[in-house]
Amino acid sequence: MSKARTLLGVVMLIAPGAAVLAASPEPPAGASSCTGCHAAGLGVDTAVPRLVGRSAAEIVSQMQAFKTGQKQSTVMDRIAKGFTDAEVQAIADWYAQQK
Amino acid sequence: MTRNRLSRRDFLASAASAATAAALVPAPALAQGAARVVVIGGGFAGASAARAIKKADPRIAVTLVEASRTFTACPFSNLVIGGLRELKAQQFGYDKVAADGIQIAFATATRVDPQARNVTLEGGTTLAYDRLVVAPGIDLRWDGLPGYNEAAAGKMPHAWKAGEQTLLLRSQLEAMQDGGVVVMSAPANPFRCPPGPYERASLIANYLKTRKPKSKLILLDAKDAFSKQRLFQNAWKELYPDHLEWVALSKGGKVTSVDLAEMTLVTDFARHKAAVANVIPPQKAGRIAEVAGVADATGWCPIDATTFESKRAPNIHVLGDAIIAGAMPKSAFSANAQAKVCAAAIVKLLAGQPPSQPRLINTCYSVVAPNYGITVAGVYQPVDGVLTDVQGAGGVSPVDAPRSTRAQEALFAEGWFNAITSEVFG
Repeated sequence: MSKARTLLGVVMLIAPGAAVLAASPEPPAGASSCTGCHAAGLGVDTAVPRLVGRSAAEIVSQMQAFKTGQKQSTVMDRIAKGFTDAEVQAIADWYAQQK
Repeated sequence: MTRNRLSRRDFLASAASAATAAALVPAPALAQGAARVVVIGGGFAGASAARAIKKADPRIAVTLVEASRTFTACPFSNLVIGGLRELKAQQFGYDKVAADGIQIAFATATRVDPQARNVTLEGGTTLAYDRLVVAPGIDLRWDGLPGYNEAAAGKMPHAWKAGEQTLLLRSQLEAMQDGGVVVMSAPANPFRCPPGPYERASLIANYLKTRKPKSKLILLDAKDAFSKQRLFQNAWKELYPDHLEWVALSKGGKVTSVDLAEMTLVTDFARHKAAVANVIPPQKAGRIAEVAGVADATGWCPIDATTFESKRAPNIHVLGDAIIAGAMPKSAFSANAQAKVCAAAIVKLLAGQPPSQPRLINTCYSVVAPNYGITVAGVYQPVDGVLTDVQGAGGVSPVDAPRSTRAQEALFAEGWFNAITSEVFG
């Protein structure tokens, strides 16, 4: 692992222009599935809200409300129950940072 | 569906767009030897994987091998059969995928050499890879049901790969006299889209009820239990009491042969003569999986539940309907979710890092009638190497939900289709 990092470092050193082409951070467990329904891009005709760019606090509170049944939902109550509070927080933080 | 042959011009065209893409990659990265990923199959699994890998690390050279220039989506194709949607709404091209800097070879992959790590295309071109993704979807088992073969499918469509077969079944229903009997057969598990036969039966019954009210549908089943069963059966009782009859395995529902000349589906107990017959035959992983040696004796592909790497060949990952995915169903949502997890794992493996433990979601929408949708959902994680349901999560729509909930789920079904196809092809 450290060897790979060093190698990567060398590439960056030789090619500073390659910085824009670096690997993007991996989404936390579960996060990549969400865009199957919650459109990743703009302009998609759907009643399902986008998560990208939404505040982490809002995503966390919605997920909590789905989980407890406080908020009426169709599938989200069944999906929210598959994640711990810490996992929901990580997913929410990640989506809040996406553009 | 048509299989486009790879012409020299086609390949040069994709090579030219690759040259454009390559020009954007700084020379030193190429000089260091950019990692190469080849993806075979441009459906929900393959196209998702190609895009996710390229997005996660643009330095990786990604080539997508796909025989057809137009993808025709299976989800929602039952609405086309039922006259509620046009096939055009199911079709997508690869321009946006190519615009991500992914090289696309419109060709059939004919050979995979896991030792040399290369893929041979029809026409002889070889593509070298560091990691290969095989996402071939399904093939129909033409030896799986006596009397049912490729020629028979021209008269008794399966319509289990969307496209011409979808339109054939629809046109047969449209041409049928009022009073004609439609006979469907559903296979034993596993098969693509577990709720699919029941959604289709619902939407054909809806067509009959509204357009051919003296007709009826008989659904012969090789199973006693199926996905979202109570929800479907309650809806059938309410909506289609005179137009849909389900015959379970234990009631003699298993079709054992097909008599094409007589337009008859044969069970151990009866012969069902059909005005229109829809035979959904047994299935297996798409052919290239067998060629690559990643399918086992069952015809499906065993995979590592963390990375989706084949258990039979190193450096080859397998996705979507072709795999043995534990608790995950063979659905477009699963294929897309698996692809994104696999892409992240491939990026890490290529960088010499250990892959993360994944969590995946599936949601399958079925449309039982206009404004009447139902779902099954699940959350999955690897447990002892098998993708397993996360306890306490998942399940089907409530059995006692009001019609407003069904209408909401029908609306979300459409949103789902638009969101997923936008991520994969848009």
